[in-house]
Amino acid sequence: MTAPAQVSAPLAMLAELTHRCPLACPYCSNPLQLDRRSDELDTATWVRVFQEAAALGILQIHLSGGEPAARRDLVELVAGAARAGLYTNLITSGIGLDQARLAALAEAGLDHVQLSVQGIDEPSADAVAGLAGSHRRKRAFAAMTTALGLPLTVNVVLHRGNLAALEALVEEAITLGARRIELAHAQYYGWGLINRDALMPDRASVIAARTTLDRLRAATQGRIVIDYVPPDHFALYPKPCVNGWGQQSLNVTPRGRVLPCHAAETIPGLEFWTVAEHSLDVIWRNSPAFNAYRGEDWMVEPCRSCARKAIDFGGCRCQALALTGDARNTDPVCTLSPHHLRVEALADTPLTNTTLVMRGRSAQGVEALPHDEPLADRMSPACRDRP
Amino acid sequence: MTGVAPDARPRLLRGVRLSEDRVRGGYTLLAPERVLKLKGTAVAVLTLCDGQRSFAQIVDELAQSFAADRALIERESAALLRDLAGKLMVEL
Repeated sequence: MTAPAQVSAPLAMLAELTHRCPLACPYCSNPLQLDRRSDELDTATWVRVFQEAAALGILQIHLSGGEPAARRDLVELVAGAARAGLYTNLITSGIGLDQARLAALAEAGLDHVQLSVQGIDEPSADAVAGLAGSHRRKRAFAAMTTALGLPLTVNVVLHRGNLAALEALVEEAITLGARRIELAHAQYYGWGLINRDALMPDRASVIAARTTLDRLRAATQGRIVIDYVPPDHFALYPKPCVNGWGQQSLNVTPRGRVLPCHAAETIPGLEFWTVAEHSLDVIWRNSPAFNAYRGEDWMVEPCRSCARKAIDFGGCRCQALALTGDARNTDPVCTLSPHHLRVEALADTPLTNTTLVMRGRSAQGVEALPHDEPLADRMSPACRDRP
Repeated sequence: MTGVAPDARPRLLRGVRLSEDRVRGGYTLLAPERVLKLKGTAVAVLTLCDGQRSFAQIVDELAQSFAADRALIERESAALLRDLAGKLMVEL
């Protein structure tokens, strides 16, 4: 397959160094079937990929997981990414990094730390994280980070259980010394989809949160930057998912598969290439998975003749697949989609379930799942709602 | 607030980097989850924001090297730095 003419260089790369994690959040963005430790790329391969990424035009790298600190070679990996000239962002649970190792990461050239926080108090936060004592440890980790002078972002996945605490979450982030807070509604793929009934807020709460958010942004101007990822089930139009398929970002899995987005593996028939077989440059330009939904030629109606196709690119392919059965369809959160009523029904069904299925904490629930469930997604930076 | 005090010593906050974009050309400002493509004048201003030079010195140097009106340079530099300070990328 030849690459379409309009292949621009990517800006950002998400490196999922491992799927191992001490937490078990019910909206985890990792796939339901996790890569094993024995399948993970080795240090030298990751460092080579970082060099290829920089040469390809990537400017920022997000070192994530799972918990990236589960990799014993994390300091070497950060050093390798920094040597390549990449802006390095560590996305961490804060569990598993002591003062000495964090200092070594800073010394190796780490630019920024993003710490996940699950709630405003220990009982509720620990329950969502699936680990007793985790919230206390996260607070200590935030203190270590700021003591080293490293810039800190706190990120919180929003759901029915914590949406009403929006203001307290922002206050908590300011108390922790964060310069930025990312408030991202849960995405309903993979683990989030399994737990949708227990996670999704109702329409009134989402509207109220928007008002609170505007007030908080004004009140905290100059003290903290607030990035908000709205829940797309309640929107008029879909999110510009990953700012266009194969346009700005890519994702490398622990075993080296290169994906246009987290959940891309859920789409049947896509052929993914790995960094073991090809250079990142060749994969970005030529791999069938990246070219499948690049540009506009793949689009069907109503996207094909829609003026908004250059704004939102038809939304999310994985959501289109999950809710309409065809990844080429308009993302059905769009009010113009012929399948939109299905989303409205989902969004407006009263939900009362509070039982969460958590990875590694509820083996029965996990084993009962079909293997073709969509994989999880985490909002790409490109999807964020900017002030 | 508008304007920047003449004795302020602006600097990029840690985690914010002025970086040459070797693939696309030009310069970018890299910050947490942000990539800003910079115009030439912004690059010139930010290159001098080292936390040592005062804002007055920075404006003097720019006015000299661009042979441009000092008041105009001061106004444009202050607007840029105020904007970046609001985004928590620059400390004034």
